[in-house]
Amino acid sequence: MSAQIRRLFAVIVVMFGLLVVWTTRWTVFDATALNNNSLNVRTLIATLKIKRGRILAGDGTVLAKSVKQNSTGYWLRTYPQGPLFSQAVGYSDLRSNQSAGLEKYRLDDLKGAQTTLNSVFGPLGGNQDVGDDVYTTLDPKAQKLARQELAGRAGSVVALDPRTGAVLTMYSNPTYDSNHFNAPCSDACQLNRATQGRYPPGSTFKVVTATAGIDSGKYNRDSIINGDSPKTISGVPLQNDNNQSFGPVTLTKALTDSVNTVFAQVAQNVGRPTMTKYMKRFGFYALPPIDLPKSELRTSRPFDFKGRPFKPGSPNEDIGRIGIGQGGLLVTPLQMAMVASAVANGGKLMEPRLTSKVVNVDGQTVRTIDPTVMSQVMSPQTASAVNLMMRNVVDEGTGTPAKLGSGIAFAGKTGTASIGETGSGLTQPWFIGFAPADNPKVAVAVTIEKTQGQFGGQVAAPIARDIVQTLLGEGK
Amino acid sequence: MSARNRELFGLIPAALLVTAGFTAVFIQRENVLSNVSLTYGAIFLGLCLAGHILIRVTLPNADPYMFPLVALLSSFGIVMVYRISATDARQQAQWFVLGLVLFAVTIIVFRDYRKLEQYRYLIVVVSLVLLVLPRFPGIGERVNGAYLEIKVPGGLSFQPTEFSKIGLVIFLASYLRDTRQVMVLGARRVLGVTLPPLKHFGPVLVIWGVAMLALVLLSDIGSSLMFYGALLAMLYVATGRLSFVVIGLLAFAIGAWYLGTHIPHVNARFEDWQHPFNHHLYTTIGGSFQLANGIFAQAAGGLFGQGFGESILTVGSGHSPLIPFPQTDMIYAVITNELGLFGAVAVLVAYLLFIYRGFKTAVLARDSFSTLLAVGLSTVFALQVFVIVGGVTRVIPLTGVTLPFVSYGGASIVANFVLLALLLLVSDRSRRPEP
Repeated sequence: MSAQIRRLFAVIVVMFGLLVVWTTRWTVFDATALNNNSLNVRTLIATLKIKRGRILAGDGTVLAKSVKQNSTGYWLRTYPQGPLFSQAVGYSDLRSNQSAGLEKYRLDDLKGAQTTLNSVFGPLGGNQDVGDDVYTTLDPKAQKLARQELAGRAGSVVALDPRTGAVLTMYSNPTYDSNHFNAPCSDACQLNRATQGRYPPGSTFKVVTATAGIDSGKYNRDSIINGDSPKTISGVPLQNDNNQSFGPVTLTKALTDSVNTVFAQVAQNVGRPTMTKYMKRFGFYALPPIDLPKSELRTSRPFDFKGRPFKPGSPNEDIGRIGIGQGGLLVTPLQMAMVASAVANGGKLMEPRLTSKVVNVDGQTVRTIDPTVMSQVMSPQTASAVNLMMRNVVDEGTGTPAKLGSGIAFAGKTGTASIGETGSGLTQPWFIGFAPADNPKVAVAVTIEKTQGQFGGQVAAPIARDIVQTLLGEGK
Repeated sequence: MSARNRELFGLIPAALLVTAGFTAVFIQRENVLSNVSLTYGAIFLGLCLAGHILIRVTLPNADPYMFPLVALLSSFGIVMVYRISATDARQQAQWFVLGLVLFAVTIIVFRDYRKLEQYRYLIVVVSLVLLVLPRFPGIGERVNGAYLEIKVPGGLSFQPTEFSKIGLVIFLASYLRDTRQVMVLGARRVLGVTLPPLKHFGPVLVIWGVAMLALVLLSDIGSSLMFYGALLAMLYVATGRLSFVVIGLLAFAIGAWYLGTHIPHVNARFEDWQHPFNHHLYTTIGGSFQLANGIFAQAAGGLFGQGFGESILTVGSGHSPLIPFPQTDMIYAVITNELGLFGAVAVLVAYLLFIYRGFKTAVLARDSFSTLLAVGLSTVFALQVFVIVGGVTRVIPLTGVTLPFVSYGGASIVANFVLLALLLLVSDRSRRPEP
């Protein structure tokens, strides 16, 4: 019988071999797919047991932190500043797989470096269950001010450090409370208008047109151009504000008084390809390279009357009207802050970023997010020419309400785009600028949604002034 | 070195493992190294020494590796169960003691185990009654879709199939010892296939019927595979006729296919096995949730595992299980999760070594009854491991049987100690020097 017994044992060895093969299949070959299976809550629970790091403002104010839920031992997120930083910081509830903002974008950092090598005796070498702190560049004082000044009005304030691209202020109104992100709210309160709100930029876009005109060598700030109204642009007459004719004016004067017909001619003269080239350098036609989830960013670019984006440089674009911020052009406040920032920084545009560094629980900096050049938009000479022109706007033009009392020079540009039905009188007021003009440290963009005929200089410029003053006062 | 000294040294790894295991669980839980872990190790080592001394006195020639392998597996089991539930581990320790007592009783009462043959019909009837007992209302209890347990006063439950398997093997060993010759000689060739004589094959068909009945009545695919597999193995060893096995396997396959497609609850098990990640089956109560999460747990384990005591067993505040029945049916998934592929394979190798010693005993045995008994016990043990590990790893549909010596379960521990006692009895007789 022993031959049969040996054969029987061989069969059992084969059967055990099958068990090993199948165990290997699950633990090795199919492991990744199984770990990512939508039914698998194992990874999620492991994550919930990690004390994620905090999100902090530039001055160390805590914007988000983890609190342990006693009944489950899960770490959940809480936001001590309530609604103040909601659009930038976002929220995160892993249980329902809902997250937004930095909470979503920096999740891996907040969870910390999770080593995969464990031992039989549990995790060795440091506490695995604590994540890293994420430091932002946001300034709580300016943020609070933005909230106060926008109170009751939909709109947005974005302030950047033009030298580094650091986002100092990012506020969008109406806002919501990150602690109660599921609570219903009106007027798209969770929309981050700073990066997702798309508005016609109006005359603030003339800064881009002026840059293209001067940097391409076709104009300088003293070039004389006829500012009569109306002028035929793309076969349709274009008027200045109140149909005012300015006669022959310098480019500087045209920016100071925001003469539409001059800049429409400049844009046409520079030509569609060159205008498109400069717009791309400023960041138009692409998502901004900021550290927020892509779903919370919008591209700034011209759209046709059906709302479809034009291909860059498309012959159907009305480049004359785009040159004065019309022609279907829609932009985000962040994009316009980047425009001001590029001029302020000698033509060098820095990538905007909310995060400065990641610090582990022992206080060691794990990673610094270094300032990165996004593009050299224009030559330093062009930049200083546009800088001087924008200074004139605040000194004696449409932007005088932005004047800083302290004698610090503020360079800026107003904008007031007509929106809604013709004759509705609705406007989108804007102000973009930077200060101190001779050594720029803060670039800003302010816009207010759908006002009844109010001008950028009137309502947006004072907010920009207060934000800049506060940020400069903070030693920025 | 004498066989018994080899056995004694073989116990050292088991004692070390249980001490190290408890230490690891304590460190993970309290971040302190408690001397309780050493106490547990010492008590366990004491029990194993008692077992060893008993074998030394009564069965001096028995196989020296089986007892240390069982000690290793049960020490590993008790650490795993302790890590899952301290209460269960305390009970498991008591069952372990009871198991050792029954081990001793079996060895002392059945010193001459061949007298078991006199009671073979009593044994088979009791075994079959035990097998269908869980199906009777008021006695049985439906656990996890299958009728496998009977309720015992005092809130305990008890899996009688654990004892049925031993009883059926004893019966078959005895019956086949008598009839193996006639089965071969009386065989006829029909259409080129060798068929055994119906008269002597009758009882075998009864077992086939019982296995099918187990499938229908108990919804228990695993147990029927276990019993029927042991039957075919013993039939093959007894007669040497592969054709019997082939016919038997075909009959089983046809029966299983018919029942699998026509009996709804058996069919549900097949569906869960085929599509564990189907959203509908996953969310159905008693559906594929358990199997799917067992596989997720294995995937999370990877090559080296997540570490002792690191497995996530519950969701939320600890009341809803992520792996249902982690200490019994799904213990292999927890082992793989915590110790990885390497840990799991190590456990399988330990089982295979034990089974190898069982077959070795069968080869050395001097009479047919002893050989068939050792073959049957080793095979039924091997099949039990295959049924539960295969179920958890999705080689076959999942059925709730225990992983011998490792899973939590009183009947399992006690019955398997009786199985070990019988194997050692056979081994001692076969290795005894000729007078």
